[in-house]
Amino acid sequence: MSAPVETRWSRLSNFWSDFRQSPVAVAALVVIVSVVLMAVLAPLVAPQDPYNQETLDLFDARLEPGEIGSGGYVHWLGTDAAGRDVYSAILYGLRTSLIVGVLAGTFALVLGAVVGLLAAYYGGRVEALIMRVIDLQLSLPAILLALVLVAMLGQGLPQLVAALVAAQYAYFARTTHGAASAERRKDYIEAALSTPIPARQVLFRHLLPNALPPLIVVATVQVANSIALEATLSFLGLGLPITQPSLGSLISNGFQFLLSGRYWISIYPGIALMLTVVAINLVGDQVRNVLNPRRSR
Amino acid sequence: MIGFLIQRILQALLVVVAMSVIVFLGVYAIGNPIDVMIDPASDQALREALIHRYGLDLPLYQQYFVFMNNMLHGDLGESFIYRLPVLGLIFSRFPATLELALTAVLIATCLGIPLGLWAGYKPDALSSKAIMAFSVLGFSVPTFWVGLLLIMTFAVELGWLPSGGRGPTTEFLGMNLSITSLEGLSYIILPALNLALFKLGLLIRLTRAGTVEVMSSDYVRFARAQGLSEGKVVGLHVLKNISIPIVTVFGLELGSTLAFAVVTETVFNWPGMGKLIIDSITVLDRPVMVAYLILVVFMFVLINLVVDLIYGQLDPRIRVKASS
Repeated sequence: MSAPVETRWSRLSNFWSDFRQSPVAVAALVVIVSVVLMAVLAPLVAPQDPYNQETLDLFDARLEPGEIGSGGYVHWLGTDAAGRDVYSAILYGLRTSLIVGVLAGTFALVLGAVVGLLAAYYGGRVEALIMRVIDLQLSLPAILLALVLVAMLGQGLPQLVAALVAAQYAYFARTTHGAASAERRKDYIEAALSTPIPARQVLFRHLLPNALPPLIVVATVQVANSIALEATLSFLGLGLPITQPSLGSLISNGFQFLLSGRYWISIYPGIALMLTVVAINLVGDQVRNVLNPRRSR
Repeated sequence: MIGFLIQRILQALLVVVAMSVIVFLGVYAIGNPIDVMIDPASDQALREALIHRYGLDLPLYQQYFVFMNNMLHGDLGESFIYRLPVLGLIFSRFPATLELALTAVLIATCLGIPLGLWAGYKPDALSSKAIMAFSVLGFSVPTFWVGLLLIMTFAVELGWLPSGGRGPTTEFLGMNLSITSLEGLSYIILPALNLALFKLGLLIRLTRAGTVEVMSSDYVRFARAQGLSEGKVVGLHVLKNISIPIVTVFGLELGSTLAFAVVTETVFNWPGMGKLIIDSITVLDRPVMVAYLILVVFMFVLINLVVDLIYGQLDPRIRVKASS
């Protein structure tokens, strides 16, 4: 009997049957999918466009959760000081937060992977120099680097993403370098390099896919970290302005009302943030467990 | 050992110099501080005079050398906003941050190591699973959000503790501290807890991972076969063998505690260095930004160096490798 051929499809279905062993991780995945759906469909789902000044009415300011405003619909999560429906604001805020998180995560992944691969491929002095810089950067906390960069670049979405990428690519570089330098010494890479295939192709077609699993794990966690870091910066008043709010700026916007008992303006966006970040982390944890080659099968 | 020490110190110096260049160039690339300092309606002559006074008309590299020269003489410039020497300004805020960070680290250590040991000692117990779930929350939920929850629960709803500020301070060893008085303590509990949470999560995971690995090792089995009590096995053999990674990571984390204090201090309105730097960034007070960042980098490098040295003390194998 011949062994079943491992196709991409069967690998994926194996992965899924391993993944769903953990009910918590599956629940977390459901949370992520619904959060993403709600964010994408925000204009259709939200009762109000919270940033269209014409739909806002100051008479609706600071309504408690469950009250009915002048729009004639129930504000399930209350309204803020400008009369924005908190639920709608959260949906739009989620959009911004997810866009920032995914963009920063993706760019950091690409940059980090290229830097790590080059270090592993060239070896010697180049490798030593690159990894020295990476180690140095990793020894400084990401929040500090992001803080400096945001202060330098100014406010706005592209600047924020750039700061997050610069603060986080080092994790990807470190991981890629670790995985790639282990693969680099294996025979199939030596064999591929001895053929006339260009080195670039060997690097990206052969080396990268085999160094990918740990990178995927880091990527999930880093998306969550980007979202949290962006929220933190926005809360500190250095991220996105309230005209283009993320969950962080919404929480910051409601902070001053917290002490007077109007908890809903910042607590509900905070719960949305927490759910998103924790769910991504839980999924990342399970992906790590499944992809871990040391795990007994 | 001496050679190892010198090599490490030289490396550390190189890092500080490199970072000072980056920080200087980075921060000085932002706008013109003169515009922030003076009334936009004031005349051109005053503007020129100020630019000249602060040496802003010199080429950038000369400004850097002036800056470095002054720094080596202990002069990091004067704050544009407070009109005070920056170094004094930062150091006047230092005790507040230090006591906050140390209290947080103390809380994290006193809770994290026992909890992690327990979770690693009985990995399948329900209590261990609960501890691990808590640790995931600890380091994935953003610090500022936990701070808000703490304020809402303990200050607004229950009214047990103050919601922010530092409260009355008493002088101790020449520093004004909160932890030395009972009322001051009530002010530091919430922010310290907030700052501790991330380290707590990390420490629990580290301790647990180490314990699980060590528990299945031969020497633990032999120690048990020897008839040692479980308390001695865990307290003596396990704890000693997991201490190296814990000390390393924790030493490094001490620095990041100081950095993360930025967030906690803003949430709880704690008048420390972190609050100062955030305020300085929003008003573009460049000398304070530059000085703070260079000091933090310096602190980091110093901590890394100390951790390296302690590491060598704890594990003779590393010393041997380094000297050979």
